[in-house]
Amino acid sequence: MADAVTPYVGRAMKRIEDPRLIKGLGTYVDDLRLPGLVHAAILRSPHAHARIRKIDVSAARALAGVVAVFTGADVNDACGLIPCAAAIPDLKAPKHTVLAGDRVYYVGHPVAVAVASDPYVARDAIEAIDVDYDPLPVVADAEAAVKPESPLTHPDLGSNVAYTHTVAGGSSIDEAFRSADRVIKHRLVHQRLTPMPIEPRGVVASFHQGEGALTIWTSTQVPHLLRTLLPGMINVPENKLRIVAPEVGGGFGAKLNVYAEEALVAHLAMRLQRPVKWIESRRDNAAATIHGRDQVGEYELAVRNDGTILGIRTRTIADLGSYLQLLTPAIPTLTGLVLTGCYRIPAVKMDIVGVYTNKMATDAYRGAGRPEATYLIERLMDVVANELGIDRLEIRLKHFPQPAEFPFATSCGLTYDSGNYQGALAKAKQLANWDQLVKDRDAARAAGRLSGIGVSTYVEICAMGPSKAMPAGGWEWGSVRMEISGKVTVVTGVSPHGQGQETTFAQIVADRIGVPIEDVVVLHGDTNVAPYGRDTYGSRGTAVGGTAIVMSIDKILAKAKTLAAHLFETTSDHVVFENGVFTAPGVTNREIGWGELAGEAYVAKNLPAGLEPGLEASSFFEPQNFTFPFGTHIVAVDVDRDTGRVKITKYVAVDDCGPQINPLIVEGQLQGGIAHSLGQVLFEKTVYDENGQLLTGEFMDYALPRATDIPEYIFGHTVTPTPVNPLGIKGVGEAGTIGATPAIANAVLDALAPLGVTHLDLPMTPERVWQAMKTAAATV
Amino acid sequence: MPIPVRLRVNDADREHVIEPRVLLVHYLRDHCGLTGTHVGCETGICGACTVLVDGRAVKSCTMFAVQADGASVTTIEGVGNGHLHPVQQGFWDCHGLQCGYCTPGMIMASIHLLAQNPSPTRAEIAEGLRGNLCRCTGYSHIIDAVAQAARSGGAPAKEVARG
Repeated sequence: MADAVTPYVGRAMKRIEDPRLIKGLGTYVDDLRLPGLVHAAILRSPHAHARIRKIDVSAARALAGVVAVFTGADVNDACGLIPCAAAIPDLKAPKHTVLAGDRVYYVGHPVAVAVASDPYVARDAIEAIDVDYDPLPVVADAEAAVKPESPLTHPDLGSNVAYTHTVAGGSSIDEAFRSADRVIKHRLVHQRLTPMPIEPRGVVASFHQGEGALTIWTSTQVPHLLRTLLPGMINVPENKLRIVAPEVGGGFGAKLNVYAEEALVAHLAMRLQRPVKWIESRRDNAAATIHGRDQVGEYELAVRNDGTILGIRTRTIADLGSYLQLLTPAIPTLTGLVLTGCYRIPAVKMDIVGVYTNKMATDAYRGAGRPEATYLIERLMDVVANELGIDRLEIRLKHFPQPAEFPFATSCGLTYDSGNYQGALAKAKQLANWDQLVKDRDAARAAGRLSGIGVSTYVEICAMGPSKAMPAGGWEWGSVRMEISGKVTVVTGVSPHGQGQETTFAQIVADRIGVPIEDVVVLHGDTNVAPYGRDTYGSRGTAVGGTAIVMSIDKILAKAKTLAAHLFETTSDHVVFENGVFTAPGVTNREIGWGELAGEAYVAKNLPAGLEPGLEASSFFEPQNFTFPFGTHIVAVDVDRDTGRVKITKYVAVDDCGPQINPLIVEGQLQGGIAHSLGQVLFEKTVYDENGQLLTGEFMDYALPRATDIPEYIFGHTVTPTPVNPLGIKGVGEAGTIGATPAIANAVLDALAPLGVTHLDLPMTPERVWQAMKTAAATV
Repeated sequence: MPIPVRLRVNDADREHVIEPRVLLVHYLRDHCGLTGTHVGCETGICGACTVLVDGRAVKSCTMFAVQADGASVTTIEGVGNGHLHPVQQGFWDCHGLQCGYCTPGMIMASIHLLAQNPSPTRAEIAEGLRGNLCRCTGYSHIIDAVAQAARSGGAPAKEVARG
């Protein structure tokens, strides 16, 4: 390894995790096979709101193969309450038990559980349970829910309002509106979405009677948060609880939670003295795994006639659903934190009203609060530009802070770390061939076609985050061990489930330690291997988790130099480390590689005085700030006049996530994120009817994007490192979903502008676009 | 009332006595121990459970195992003959997967697609994979993967025409 080697970091490398996955050899929760395993199925409420008069489980218990049938009365006391970690002042919270008590509050609310020797029999058993429901008035609409005449989701709370919270900052908002030439008002709806990872949730729990130790395998993004929060629920000490996140088939925030089934299945395994498996069906996933978004607001901008925006003010109603999951009430507050986007807007005030309705809880879905903010500020920038006749790019440029102004303090109270928003916009314009794109659109219009261009310039909050700003610690932990064989074992506290950190972390480690990447193994997702960690969400894995590993590498290298100096019979300042080899130029010609050095470290017969044996280090990294990736997306669309169907004809994305460890993975994250946005703008909406019935309970009814819906992309990047971590990296997991939604929506509205259509809610389905065109034609 | 079912799975004869209601996907996973075939929806939409039955791509959650009696089934574990199939190689090279859950079904559908059309355009690849959902990748890299497999002559006849 003494020859100079090409660094792994920066290369578009194939992933280390892929061979097992493409051969069908990955182990997801449902693939686990334990001796004596029994299967749980959960009976869920068909009503949005009802009193339970009686549950008769006798027929279910009598079925051959049924091991047990339990209702809330049997298990709730032993399973504790499902926690909410969001610290919102004066939050009204209902008691959230694992199975329903005497009422159900949403369609999908778990009512009873059956355990059987076979999963088919478990399903037979829940069908044999007879529940006598007395339906109650349903709260199906969050805006109606705040009115005094509304029925109550939780009558014992006395109100449907869970909390009101104001995010405000900068100069006086009242003064901004007093001094404005005009006030531009716009109502925007951010529809409810269902995350829909292709693997539904699933839990296997096994209790070792002799050791008194419980192991839970669960399809989760957050094994460490579970290890922290479950002990208090199910009465197992933290150090007797092992959580394993095996292969996890997608998360997108839906698996960033503590769910009823995790506590319930754990309890069943202890109670029945048998390992228990529960696998969620798609229907249950749609009904009873968290939803996302669902905010509606009236947004007001205080504007001067030259386009200067003086302030933004809103009252936003956030539909929380019927219960609080882990971060439910915090998500709308994240919207408030980045409401001004990448613009200098001196005054901001957002009043958030969090409302209970008879629906599944909303919580963090990819982007979690930031897509809502970006959608509304980017839509509003277009509204202002159109109303004042100002170019859409000009109004954005006018409000960007200059690159030299970073760190840039926003009126929302954040400090943006680094940025060059002008650079990303310029690059996107160039890649999109902007002037030609505009000419083409105008020519298409002249020929009678509906053609539009949309732009979004975004900034988001990543690398979550400083502990002072997080509910339960925002640091990350990682360890690096040089084995006696010269192989390197890395353990991380983040819990990747598709993001590829087995590869990107190995790239970082192999470069810095100077070993072939094949010699590096990255372990994760098992709390017995990585006892502490804060897991994967908020685009934090590489920026925060990677830094903990870099810190550990530095410790190992320092120790290795001390040992090498001892072996060279010199001092460490004479030791040079390069490409995995230690030398002491001018002292000796001897070279020591990792194999020899690791041998000395572990055999420990010739260590300098005071040096501990071994070559292993672990570190906690506490970031001092979030990171703030940014970029510009430019989209061109054609709208079919006859069908209302939108076709994306050009998609240019310039994203700045700082330096890239693996550009192939970065591109994959962006493409995946943009697809979520494309779905949100064109197809997706979680629909409950006025009775609180879920109408989008399957893939047949909830329209995910398909391969034929995806445009060809032109990707570009600018690279603005963050000063927040030594790698300079910002994070990229959510950028696509944050940047793309308004760009696509703005493009569709630009296409419809010649018809006089100025607004359309999401999703812009063919039917909705067609109706808008028809209505516009009728009013002309 | 359990009844016998005889299949050839990945070139091995299998014989079990099972309940007629057992879906082919559960038969493969629970009776044959082949857990590479995944369940994503049980309604035939997502395609995570796609396998080849007598060379044709079938969503194995839409078929009872007894309906496949006498058929030859190929699952993800049975492609490539100990090597990576060109489609598997394409998915690896092009980052055609992230979480990997939809991947076995995507690969089986892609193998079928290339057997039908060895030189597809990108639009034809997308059309051919419309029946398979992926929530991670946004599909572009999957289309790249299948295009690469096609360029490398990606449809070895013996894999697809088995049985």
